[in-house]
Amino acid sequence: MPMIEINAVSKWYGPQFQVLKDCTTAIEKGEVVVVCGPSGSGKSTLIKCVNALEPFQAGTIRVDGINLADPSTDLPKLRARIGMVFQHFELFPHLKITENLCLAQEKVLGRSRDEAMSRAMSLLDRVGLREHAHKFPGQLSGGQQQRVAIARALAMDPIAMLFDEPTSALDPEMITEVLDVMVELAREGMTMMVVTHEMGFARKVAHRVIFMDKGEIIEDRPKDEFFGTPRSERAQIFLSKILAH
Amino acid sequence: MFTAFDFDVILRSLPYLFWDGMTFTLMLTALSALGGLVLGTLLALMRLSNLPILGAVATGYVNLMRSLPLVLVIFWFYFLVPYIGQIITGAERPVLVGGFASALITFTLFEAAYFSEIMRAGIQSIPKGQVSAGYALGLNYRQVTSYIVLPQALRNMLPVILTQAIVLFQDTSLVYVLSITDFLGAASKVAQRDGRLIEMYLFAALVYFLISFAASRLVRHLQTKTAIIR
Repeated sequence: MPMIEINAVSKWYGPQFQVLKDCTTAIEKGEVVVVCGPSGSGKSTLIKCVNALEPFQAGTIRVDGINLADPSTDLPKLRARIGMVFQHFELFPHLKITENLCLAQEKVLGRSRDEAMSRAMSLLDRVGLREHAHKFPGQLSGGQQQRVAIARALAMDPIAMLFDEPTSALDPEMITEVLDVMVELAREGMTMMVVTHEMGFARKVAHRVIFMDKGEIIEDRPKDEFFGTPRSERAQIFLSKILAH
Repeated sequence: MFTAFDFDVILRSLPYLFWDGMTFTLMLTALSALGGLVLGTLLALMRLSNLPILGAVATGYVNLMRSLPLVLVIFWFYFLVPYIGQIITGAERPVLVGGFASALITFTLFEAAYFSEIMRAGIQSIPKGQVSAGYALGLNYRQVTSYIVLPQALRNMLPVILTQAIVLFQDTSLVYVLSITDFLGAASKVAQRDGRLIEMYLFAALVYFLISFAASRLVRHLQTKTAIIR
């Protein structure tokens, strides 16, 4: 059974505009899948559908065998098991870093203060930010904030991680520190779905690459095949544009 | 030219003015601001909810309250609340509510309409991504609202909320229509009794000015201190 199973998913904004067209793919446990494509291709929308942050009108998505569209599904409970990292970090600016990491551990998982705190500190250690634990998000750089956001998601001990353009809002010199954390995570066997334009990251750790355009999944193939010769014209054009320089 | 005036009357009536009058005014201001903020926040959440019926009820309430003169509402509730109390408790006669309780209920309900608009703006100022991040961590609507949205909305809106409370502090003087002894009421009573209208009203104006002015300076100072760094 795949960890994430996306089956014939379609989504419309209003009656006219279709953002997702019959998308089908599956992500196995421990697999790292990179989703790329031009802006407006629906890749962010697709990844947000996976933890039901965006509703969709047709098709099914199953995470760990649980159908999202089933009315009896406890969505908050399911979301707690899927980590998500956002383009703009979305740390809670009114809470200290430690509180950002502890809040959901305590309120959702019911962990004690001590338990949540020790998990938080060990994760901050891991992303190299222990000394910033008692600061507020606004006092950290973009790269540091995104590492905190990854730690916050990991604190919930997720079965899979979703990354929605995690490095797009970062200054170039901060991209590496975030990618390093993600590479390490991938090598540890975390199931990851990553929307990104970082083809270096894809080459390094992805098992598969999905290419989307105009709401459709155009290519869905192993990394080496995707970066190798045979592929669709639209993917070729896209790759030549982002790899040109 | 001041020989005709007797400013000593102020000094003699100070304990009465502040102990009786100002205590009432400040209590009424603080409690109805708090009550209005809580009720107003609920109204704002109703207006922003996905249930159209809740939104319609809240919108209707806010529009009604904002379209009525405050003095009218004060009168209205003063005469109405005893009967409502009678209906609720099933008593034989209209329930004696008293001036303070009546005024508190009136101002709470009236201010709630204004605070709900402030809180609505505050809640809408929180980026949608914050809410998404909360949900993505497995928090439910109630938890996202109480731990993420409202704390930020309150902090963003604190200066506006306090400014509204200062306006409320001045508006509480309207309870004079119920012959209640608030600060202005107390000053007025002394003024009438001793025939010192000019002195007492001048003094009352000075006190209102000083408190309101100092409070608004404090708000401005707070504004810079409580701003959330993003």
